[in-house]
Amino acid sequence: MSSIQKVGVCGAGGTMGAGIAIVAARAGFEVVRQDLSAAALERSMRDTAGFFSKSVERGKMTAEARDAVLARITDTTALDGLAGCDLVIEAVFEELSVKQALLRALHPLLPEHAIIASNTSTLSITEIASGCGREDRVVGMHFCLPAQIMKLIEMSPGVNTAPEVFQAAWDWTLAAGQQPVRTQDKPGFILNALLVPFNNDAIRLVEAGVAAPPDIDAAIKTGLGYRMGPLELIDLIGLDTQIRLSEAFYPVTLDPRAAAPPLLRRMVAAGRLGRKSGRGFFDYGKPGMYGA
Amino acid sequence: MNHMILGGPSRSFPKDDTFLAAAVPEADVLVLLRRALHSDARGRVATLVELDQDSLGEHTGEQDGEEGGTVLGFARWRNGDDPPSALIELVVQKNSAPEAIAAARAVFEGAGLTVALCTDQPGRILDRLLRPKYNAALRFLDEGLATQADLDLTCRLGLGYPDGPIERLLRGGLHHHHAASAALFEAFGTPGYAPARRAVVAARRRARGG
Repeated sequence: MSSIQKVGVCGAGGTMGAGIAIVAARAGFEVVRQDLSAAALERSMRDTAGFFSKSVERGKMTAEARDAVLARITDTTALDGLAGCDLVIEAVFEELSVKQALLRALHPLLPEHAIIASNTSTLSITEIASGCGREDRVVGMHFCLPAQIMKLIEMSPGVNTAPEVFQAAWDWTLAAGQQPVRTQDKPGFILNALLVPFNNDAIRLVEAGVAAPPDIDAAIKTGLGYRMGPLELIDLIGLDTQIRLSEAFYPVTLDPRAAAPPLLRRMVAAGRLGRKSGRGFFDYGKPGMYGA
Repeated sequence: MNHMILGGPSRSFPKDDTFLAAAVPEADVLVLLRRALHSDARGRVATLVELDQDSLGEHTGEQDGEEGGTVLGFARWRNGDDPPSALIELVVQKNSAPEAIAAARAVFEGAGLTVALCTDQPGRILDRLLRPKYNAALRFLDEGLATQADLDLTCRLGLGYPDGPIERLLRGGLHHHHAASAALFEAFGTPGYAPARRAVVAARRRARGG
């Protein structure tokens, strides 16, 4: 049973933050969505309303339930709008200094009992919490994209996280209808620790002339029953993002598989970023948005 | 396109596989199941040599990087003792005859299999990609990153995989993973291919009859 009633989401103007807010509001929590950009908040609120309206069209919820969910959501560009929250989930830019600064700013605004959760996919929870003033009340809570669809949450305590705080955050994920898995505060937790080097290996296979991208993806899909091949997936997440992920991992792990392959860097330099630029390992004809 | 087969049931095509039953006594495409290349290959549009951890070059001979002809290699990917998948990794050399490749595709695809073309390199596509990932998953388990159930659940829920890496390895037999991984480690020497401790344990216990 969760004692948390009011949930704040920082970075709610972004795709991940908006999705997390949907998860919380849908589960019956009062939600405060915060973002520095009023325009981003406005845009994501339109998307959120559209998401719930589609749920109504598909018979997954009634129009009354949709209206009730939307009525539970308020938006703010000011951090102090989060003042009454029991739990604040941050989904801001994946940069340690940005997250640390946010947590330091949040600490004096929040009630003593409030928990701060970080949606980081690559950074250390302990480092994010370091110096924030409530290191014992910070947890890792990594949602999968798109958060409003995917049930999985990777939960990790930092070195200083109090066990009862971790438990309270865990209980909240269950109350929100999600499936938590416990992992450690290590780079990439489970998902990205397995996926980032694997995706780099697939690029190295192309680089080594072992097989062409369609053959690699066909082999993975047919042999293993995966829905998507690694190169198609890299095109979807963006080749530039794969470099960013690699650069977050390699200096920490020194795992050669985590280092960005030279071919990846050449392709990004050539403007082949994947779906969003219209061309990556595959040709999409025209640029497309994530999930489009 | 018809195919003839020399050799018996194999890892790619076990007993009762429909591909064996569909073979005819004489055809333009010769499939060699765990059989050495011999004079029967002459004059065929394609001769397809089943590979395990061996290279196609071991069968055809290699000279100056200009290898190729009507002899191709293939392997049907299996997760250890699991039934064979529908994937055929078709191994070609630089100068492999396009007609031979087309004939091989026609034979395998006609049997409902999917063909992925690759060059003659250790581990081909899947083993080369998967073994480091599986070793990492086994190492994560040893290091306490998560329980086996959570590692597998994370891959199923987070990545949409039909199963997790460790449950797959255990189902197929860890000793098979050890064999594939050890062969790749010998070929490349990179740490990702070094068999994980749990795979080493499984292989040693099996060697001792455990």
